Amino acid sequence: MTVVPLVTGAAVAFWLLAPVMILGALGMILARKPVHSALCLATVMISLAVQYAAQGAPFLFAVQIIVYTGAILMLFLFVLMLVGVDIADSFVETIKAQRPLAALAGLGFGCLLVFAVGNAITGKPVGLGTANTENGGNVQGLAALIFHRYVFAFEATSALLITAAVGAMVLAHLERLWPKRSQTDLSQDRMRRYAETGQHPGPLPTPGVFARHNAVDTPALLPDGSTSDLSVSATLRARGAILDSHDLVRPIDQAVRAVDRQDKPVTTEEQS
Amino acid sequence: MSPTSYLVLSALLFTIGTIGFMIRRNAIVAFMCVELMLNAANLALVTFSRMHGTLDGQIAAFFVMVVAAAEVVIGLAIIVTIFRTRRSASVDDANLLKF
Repeated sequence: MTVVPLVTGAAVAFWLLAPVMILGALGMILARKPVHSALCLATVMISLAVQYAAQGAPFLFAVQIIVYTGAILMLFLFVLMLVGVDIADSFVETIKAQRPLAALAGLGFGCLLVFAVGNAITGKPVGLGTANTENGGNVQGLAALIFHRYVFAFEATSALLITAAVGAMVLAHLERLWPKRSQTDLSQDRMRRYAETGQHPGPLPTPGVFARHNAVDTPALLPDGSTSDLSVSATLRARGAILDSHDLVRPIDQAVRAVDRQDKPVTTEEQS
Repeated sequence: MSPTSYLVLSALLFTIGTIGFMIRRNAIVAFMCVELMLNAANLALVTFSRMHGTLDGQIAAFFVMVVAAAEVVIGLAIIVTIFRTRRSASVDDANLLKF
């Protein structure tokens, strides 16, 4: 008597992961932020890798995870970080009612595809049992095909990859339109500004150092008692995050005055 | 596991990718939708490979992956170049070639 399993591992993998994949795909097209879209796509791709493994394609399972999820999707995330993570889609419709019409057309296309596919497939699958063991394994079988029947296509893909790499470098290359500025140029600029506008050529003044507080948010005091605007960062001032130097000076002044009073020699008027 | 389920799943994923490509304005997300469509096609190819008992479908999926890698490299380079000049990743803003 042979044991017929009620469900196979492939069926469990399919029915567990198919809803995840559909939800991930829907999340990808509906997410407002591109980063969320990328993460949803990663979910779909890893689930797809499991489906490959369940269908007798262990090599594609590994390649899907390493190349697609690992390299291509990370490249997407990399470019997202470069181009701006927080860009959201604009809701301006350049073509009137394009989005609803596109969704409708897509749904119609999907129905057509699903029903056509559902009716076209008949018969039991042959299975990859013999094909995978013929050359000693799935990877060996693929290698035999790549290096015999598809060797010219394989060589063409190598040319394609090299062309893509060169193309990316050409596209990313920026022509230098003006010569690089040297230290000499920068110092001459500083001296020219000093001559023309009187701007100090040295470094900016440091922030103030007080008895109770010294940090980048305390403006320095000038000899005449006013505060130096240059001594704190303009960003901090724009945020309103800088302290008032006079508030910091006041307790010190009071302390100095109190000490002065105690040290003062007693005068004759006060004695009488 | 019948191949029809896999093919229907593949058709659904392809449809979602198509809809996403048509309704999204962000060039990078539209590009991700293209990747989803390629992946759906790969699933169909692997399923066909199992149905017919030969490895040619898996070879086709492998070549699709290689072409997708090359396509992503060039596509993202173009998006970055457009972003450099137009300061936007929206497909609506690259309209200088329109008459």
